[in-house]
Amino acid sequence: MSLDKIQSIPYGKEVIKIKNISLAFGGVKALTNVSFEVKKGEVFAIIGPNGAGKSSMLNVINGFYKPTSGHINFAGEDRKEMIPEFAAKSGIARTFQNIALFKGMSTLDNLMTGRLLKQKQNFLMQALYFGPVQKEEAYHRDKVERVIDFLDLQAIRRTPVGSLPYGLQKRVELGRALAMEPEILLLDEPMAGMNVEEKQDMSRFVLTANDEFKTTIVLIEHDMSVVMDISDRIVVLDYGKKIGEGKPSEILKNKAVIDAYLGVAD
Amino acid sequence: MIYKETGQFKSTYESDHSIFPLIQDKIAFNILMLVAFLVVPFFIDSYWEKAILIPFLIYSMAAIGLNILTGYCGQVSLGTGGFMAVGAFATYKIMTFFPDLNIMIIVLLSGVITAFVGILFGLPSLRIKGFYLAVATLASQFFIIWLFNKVPWFYNYSDTGQITVSERTMFGVAVTGANAPSYATYLFCLILVVVLGFAAKNMIRSKIGRSWMAIRDMDIAAEIIGVPPLKTKLSAFAISSFYIGIAGSLYFAVYLGALEVTESFDIMAISFPVLFMIIIGGLGSMLGSFLGAAFIVLLPIFLKNVMVDLIGLSAVTAKHFEITIWGLLMVVFLILEPHGLARLWSIAKEKLRKWPFPY
Repeated sequence: MSLDKIQSIPYGKEVIKIKNISLAFGGVKALTNVSFEVKKGEVFAIIGPNGAGKSSMLNVINGFYKPTSGHINFAGEDRKEMIPEFAAKSGIARTFQNIALFKGMSTLDNLMTGRLLKQKQNFLMQALYFGPVQKEEAYHRDKVERVIDFLDLQAIRRTPVGSLPYGLQKRVELGRALAMEPEILLLDEPMAGMNVEEKQDMSRFVLTANDEFKTTIVLIEHDMSVVMDISDRIVVLDYGKKIGEGKPSEILKNKAVIDAYLGVAD
Repeated sequence: MIYKETGQFKSTYESDHSIFPLIQDKIAFNILMLVAFLVVPFFIDSYWEKAILIPFLIYSMAAIGLNILTGYCGQVSLGTGGFMAVGAFATYKIMTFFPDLNIMIIVLLSGVITAFVGILFGLPSLRIKGFYLAVATLASQFFIIWLFNKVPWFYNYSDTGQITVSERTMFGVAVTGANAPSYATYLFCLILVVVLGFAAKNMIRSKIGRSWMAIRDMDIAAEIIGVPPLKTKLSAFAISSFYIGIAGSLYFAVYLGALEVTESFDIMAISFPVLFMIIIGGLGSMLGSFLGAAFIVLLPIFLKNVMVDLIGLSAVTAKHFEITIWGLLMVVFLILEPHGLARLWSIAKEKLRKWPFPY
């Protein structure tokens, strides 16, 4: 399984290589020949104006969209496309721009779903619910409780997530992704619609996850001050094309990027 | 004050995750079980058996099955009657082929056969959702009934098209057939419902149940965390059909004894009432399955008692009123409490917790 392969890659080496990915929906070209690499253990940001193809890029990485051409080299393995289940099994977790939580379930159950892939007992054992199943449940509950502690979700453990405020839902969604103990975490606008305090909290969580669990983070974000502060490297997309790549300081000076964001001066 | 959880501390995740985390619930449940197993069998008579307890237990079983599929996995199904018919005919055929087989094994095997039929009719669920899936399962309902009518092999070429149960015993006591004593049929159904009820609850609170609910609440996100949609939906269809098949098997072998497929497993006779049970009881609630079954079984009896015995209407008139009132109550209920009796119970619990103080 490629989970072992990802784990065997040393930090700082490329873990995902995107090669000449193009994606078209009929006549609309969402992505055109985009290539970049994500190194293991870094915080990698994808930025760009609305409609630049950032979310499409994440969807390609985790298998929702099949690229029209190009391929992804994932932990040394070349592949034309992924399927979401395979992506999950190889250690890729993600959050969505519009929250995709299980609204009828409690916070705890939502986080527990993050452990589903790691639970091995079959349904007959689950129906009997004795020894091994009970032990397995307790083991994964313990892991989930750590995430709950980390994200300060103790008070809303039993609350159905549908009734939580927006900022907390975003946090629970991050929690569900973290409960998967992912190698690579794809975050689609984790701070959209948040106030300053919530953004600070979220940045702290993202950085701590990166620092303590050594999770590679690929994030899309519109708040430039946040992006420039927390990311190691940035790629900039505009109209489905890559227009810049590099460290935050380099991106700030990049002429093409400034033009894309502020418009071209005549 | 009655229902307080103060002082009940959980020190392990196992105990926190138990079915009845509160001691009050546990005591109440144990008392209920003691009464059901040790008291009722001594007092049960034929009226209580045939009119109330057996139908309640069988419908509870069917409601648990449908609740797994519709309430927990979010796949609307109108094929309950068809699947129950599969269970009934499976029982009949197994009885013909293996005259010496124990009735418990026959019933469980019928459930397994129904589970496979359920998987077959669950296949479209990968492509279609909601109302469209409901219509697809409706097709399964009509197809299955048609099949059992059209192919004489299923009813052993009998002239009437009826299937009739033969006598089977457990521990020397008849459980099926005309001579089965009330306590035996009651205990047989009760044991199955209690054991399989616990099994369902266990599945719901562990991995497979969370996968179902994940698919129900948001299938895209479920896929992202590695829940395979087809496998999960089919497992829900299979396990739900297993329960419904056993309900059908009991309905035929223990309750009716002899039946004709069109009449007994009609959509109006089974599919809709069972769907109403889980809606009135509470979608996605085990307690709701039982409350809904009790409501639907008891309401007509209650109405009949009131109208015929108390008011003195003729039985026919009462029957007409009964249907009207039944429908009316259904509508009123859905408007007032769309989340069902189970929600009413949790509101009541919340009130009891604070009683006698308002907050």
